[in-house]
Amino acid sequence: MSTVAVDLRQTVEDAAAHLYVWALKDIPQDLRDALVAAQQRETSVPGKRVLDTIVKNVQVADDQNNLVCQDTGIAVYTCRVGEHFPLHPAKIYEALYAGTERATLEHPLRSNAVHTITRENTGANVGYRLPIVHWEFIPDWDGLDVKCVPKGSGSENMSFLKMCVPADGVKGIKQFVLESIVGAGGKPCPPGIVGVGIGGSADYAMYLAKEAIARPIGTRNADPHVAKLEEELFGLLNETGIGPMGLGGDVTVLNCHIEHADTHMTLNPVAVNYQCWAARRASAHVAPDGSVEFDREA
Amino acid sequence: MAKHEVTFPVTDPQEILKLRAGDEVTVQGHIIGIRDRTQIRIFDQGVEPPMDLAGAFLLHTAPGVRKLDDGRYEKVCIGTTTSARMVRFTEPLGAQYGVRAICGKGGFPDDAIEPMQRLGMVYFAIVGGAAALETTQIEEIEEVAWEELMPECLWKFRVKDFGPLTVGIDAHGNSLYHDVQARAQEKLKELYARL
Repeated sequence: MSTVAVDLRQTVEDAAAHLYVWALKDIPQDLRDALVAAQQRETSVPGKRVLDTIVKNVQVADDQNNLVCQDTGIAVYTCRVGEHFPLHPAKIYEALYAGTERATLEHPLRSNAVHTITRENTGANVGYRLPIVHWEFIPDWDGLDVKCVPKGSGSENMSFLKMCVPADGVKGIKQFVLESIVGAGGKPCPPGIVGVGIGGSADYAMYLAKEAIARPIGTRNADPHVAKLEEELFGLLNETGIGPMGLGGDVTVLNCHIEHADTHMTLNPVAVNYQCWAARRASAHVAPDGSVEFDREA
Repeated sequence: MAKHEVTFPVTDPQEILKLRAGDEVTVQGHIIGIRDRTQIRIFDQGVEPPMDLAGAFLLHTAPGVRKLDDGRYEKVCIGTTTSARMVRFTEPLGAQYGVRAICGKGGFPDDAIEPMQRLGMVYFAIVGGAAALETTQIEEIEEVAWEELMPECLWKFRVKDFGPLTVGIDAHGNSLYHDVQARAQEKLKELYARL
């Protein structure tokens, strides 16, 4: 057992090191398609100029094997761990940490990680409680899915939380999302994905908003009430006129994704987490025998 | 919306005054990379920058680089950061050092409009995140000062066909960001009424 555990730890570390760099260089096809569709739909002159540049930039990154964006972000991983996967999450975390550090030093990637008081850079995009990992545990399964979502600061700085009251209703949720995205203007590098978390608690609503931005573009929540709200907000946000990079135009967001949780009868939390147009993500499916399948679209 | 080519540093104020909000600009010559900690050092800690900023084009950046054996730096990936965090440095950059252009992403709030008009400065909007392309337009990292602030050093880049940039705020009191925000606030009222 111990041999298997050691090998799997190395497998996960190697996968994390690969995912971090791969996510930064090769954006998913659904995102590429959404950016081209936005380019075709945009009618404002500055907005069209921005989208032309974005589409060209994605091509240059491919041609030059370079990063799409210089902001290597903070490494955020979402892990779905099967109950029978033979490596304990404590070791999975160690592997993700080591993989992030190795990728940063070997490539090299810009290190963004600093101590939050001294602002001293740790030098390798890891540190105390970095990287950040979201965990989900899956019964009756022996696999591990790891998704790497490098999260840039321009968009992360445009995160907003409001503890609406029940009497504000769904209307209050809609208003808060709209005012947040208009207030953010060009700062989070629009057009991107608006992630919304509703319900749960204050902290959990923001956690859910982050889950929402990591989904493939345009996927809809399984709950029809929530899916309807996603569609409605998507349409409303694109009526605001903020446009690409906040210079005015038709395309303000590529989509709106919502995750929800049941909540207290007197709570109505709404959290907004923005993901920039360079909505990077890359996944690996790890089997208990150590085989790995990389997946850009999950 | 006209198209221009401007070479930096500029000596003739007309080079800036001819630009209007919304115009497209391509930049040649030399530009200087600067970020939060660089400007905190200059203005909050009172340390004189070891580069001439007269007529300069400043880029809000913290580049990804590789250090070579001879001490020089080679570009890896150079992009642009959000400008709004650094708006308070606009007036002193222009008044004390003669900076003529600031380039970043996401725009400056309205606080920048008056000093830019008074001092003959412009704000150029670049496409945030489009760093792969931007890197190809930077020919060389010619100088690096304050290496201990890595990556928030003071950088001197030689550029070729840098852009396309959009004039976000011109030297005549016009700001695309102000206009877009004003229209969006009006639109919000209409949208709220429909909810």
